[in-house]
Amino acid sequence: MSNTASKSGNKARTIDIVYAGLRKRKAAERRFQLYGKLAIGLGLLFLSLLFGSIVANGYTAFVQTYMQIEVYIDPDRIDPEGKREVKELSRADYGGLVKATLRDMFPEVQSRREKRQLYRLVSTGASYQIREQVLQNPDLIGQKISLWVPADDEIDMLMKGHIDRKSAEEDRRVKDNQIAWVDRLLSEGRIEKRFNTIFFTAGDSRDPELAGIWGAASGSFFTLIVTLLLSFPIGVAAAVYLEEFAPRNKFTDLIEVNINNLAAVPSIVFGLLGLAVFINFFGMPRSAPIVGGLVLTLMTLPTIIIASRAALKSVPPSIREAALGIGASPMQTVIYHVLPLAMPGMLTGTIIGMAQALGESAPLLMIGMVAFIVDIPQGAFDPSTVLPVQIYLWADSPERAFVERTSAAIMVLLGFLITMNALAVMLRKRFERRW
Amino acid sequence: METIDESEVSEINDAGVTDPVKVGHTAMVDRDNRTTIGEILVDNPRMSCRDVNVYYGDNHAIHDVSLDIGRNEVIAMIGPSGCGKSTFLRCLNRMNDTIDICKVTGTITLDDEDINSKKIDVVPLRAQVSMVFQKPNPFPKSIYENVAFGPRIHGLANNKTELDEIVVTSLKKAGLWDEVKDRMDQPGTGLSGGQQQRLCIARTIAVGPEVILMDEPCSALDPIATAKIEDLIDELRQQYTICIVTHSMQQAARVSQRTAYFHLGDLIEVGDTNTIFTNPRHKLTEDYITGRFG
Repeated sequence: MSNTASKSGNKARTIDIVYAGLRKRKAAERRFQLYGKLAIGLGLLFLSLLFGSIVANGYTAFVQTYMQIEVYIDPDRIDPEGKREVKELSRADYGGLVKATLRDMFPEVQSRREKRQLYRLVSTGASYQIREQVLQNPDLIGQKISLWVPADDEIDMLMKGHIDRKSAEEDRRVKDNQIAWVDRLLSEGRIEKRFNTIFFTAGDSRDPELAGIWGAASGSFFTLIVTLLLSFPIGVAAAVYLEEFAPRNKFTDLIEVNINNLAAVPSIVFGLLGLAVFINFFGMPRSAPIVGGLVLTLMTLPTIIIASRAALKSVPPSIREAALGIGASPMQTVIYHVLPLAMPGMLTGTIIGMAQALGESAPLLMIGMVAFIVDIPQGAFDPSTVLPVQIYLWADSPERAFVERTSAAIMVLLGFLITMNALAVMLRKRFERRW
Repeated sequence: METIDESEVSEINDAGVTDPVKVGHTAMVDRDNRTTIGEILVDNPRMSCRDVNVYYGDNHAIHDVSLDIGRNEVIAMIGPSGCGKSTFLRCLNRMNDTIDICKVTGTITLDDEDINSKKIDVVPLRAQVSMVFQKPNPFPKSIYENVAFGPRIHGLANNKTELDEIVVTSLKKAGLWDEVKDRMDQPGTGLSGGQQQRLCIARTIAVGPEVILMDEPCSALDPIATAKIEDLIDELRQQYTICIVTHSMQQAARVSQRTAYFHLGDLIEVGDTNTIFTNPRHKLTEDYITGRFG
């Protein structure tokens, strides 16, 4: 009797203790969750700061100031002998035509100094544009044509409000008389901001208004193609062998450790290796996407191998047993069943590896992909640069107009990276299998 | 083939038959006394195992098991968890090869050919001695592809018509055809558990084996699905030899003609199923089937 009483008394006490501590427990629970939320909030804050500053800096680069000029294609200047030979025509003094046009537009400009300032309104790209037109259609010689040509980057900056008109004249690159000319053109509707196609179609240039990311983007494309073509088959083959066929012994353990080590090697080391082996020893071309792709393959391989092995491991052994149990050879088991089931995981790993490779710049500096290259590469053997290195190069340039282009290039690169990573997540979601 | 001579056989018989009382009263016999009781031999066996030992690394999992498996019989292997019955079953088509540290010694013959020899290629062996597993494991492909896989890899069909025929026949034999004939292109994983297991049996039948090994084929199924599989096993016996490992003694009693009782890696008693369940001779067997442990 007394025994049961003490038992029930004990029970009541237990529940009291539980209730007494409950509030504290719940508070701890809430605090714990709060830490997590704070951490996520902080992460999001930094991310939005990063994106915000990049977009705020870069969005103006997607437009460019253009100026309308009426050029008289003077036969005396371009083709004094009237032979219309392509060779002569392509060497002619189109810059002079632009200058003459500008002098006609502003006849009041007389002094040499002022003339030089006047000529600086228009980009040097204007003369190339006229040459293109004339070469395409020699009949234009002797006619007056109206053209929209890119304005000089300083004028562009002025139009975009990056140059403060109120500051002292000696403090700014655009002088008072230039501002006056721009204002006059503005009132005549001869100067306006248009979508910056040059930025997306041109290669690099010393003149910001003529510089574009297409050269770097093509370089990145060829580099990534080489990387993908090499690293995916090699990575998958290595992973399949190690996971499905290799015996477990000291030697395979050693290989495993080294693959993990390889994943942790700083990427610049791979660059040095590429320089020593691919360029100096094998004599491959400098600055070429083929070498860049090889170097990035070395860098991406561990990522792909590790991801592929994880994907293979996640295929349940029952599938292998099912196939082996009715007499499939190990290779048939792998080819027909294991590999298809592991493929989404392998592809996800590969895309993530590719995204890493796309954003990599350090190893490519070592193999000369940091060179100033104007031409757009046509293949994996042409000298080129890549997007992240282009960003690095532009970030180094002093012109104000390159600041916004740097940010714009970062936006393009981030766009590619986000697309690739989103694709990886989508693949994973789409083919996720529950066993 | 290595045959055992008469003296050995009589020894085995001696231990079991002449002195059943002595053995039967030793609940915890030590290893040396665990000689198999009962009729390990059958006339004209399909498979016969002699002195099979299995080691997982240092762990000696099966000790000196000798057993014949007759033609067109269902032999059930029962015993408490970890007694080695599944391990023994996996020796019969060399599935233990997939485990690196596993070592099997002794002779196992299939129609007078030693299949435990290193010279034997496991691919044709497993086409003759195929396996159905504990958990239904259809491939995540269509029902058709599940069954067609075996014939296809072994090249059993010369054209699509022949392959179709094999698939249909196998599904009919497995008693699944009526349920799936309208949805052959749907994933096999979408079937119910019992249907999946019958699909796995159909997949096994499709390669035309002689022996079918079943490792607890009903342990993941409900009673109705189990009953269907058991009926199926009984039908399949007409054409195939079936070795079934089961945890359910009722199942062993229902489906098998012979029963082998394993205990801690030893084959304790083998015999006619009726005899084993009504009149076990070994104390361990009796304790197990009467539910005293296991």
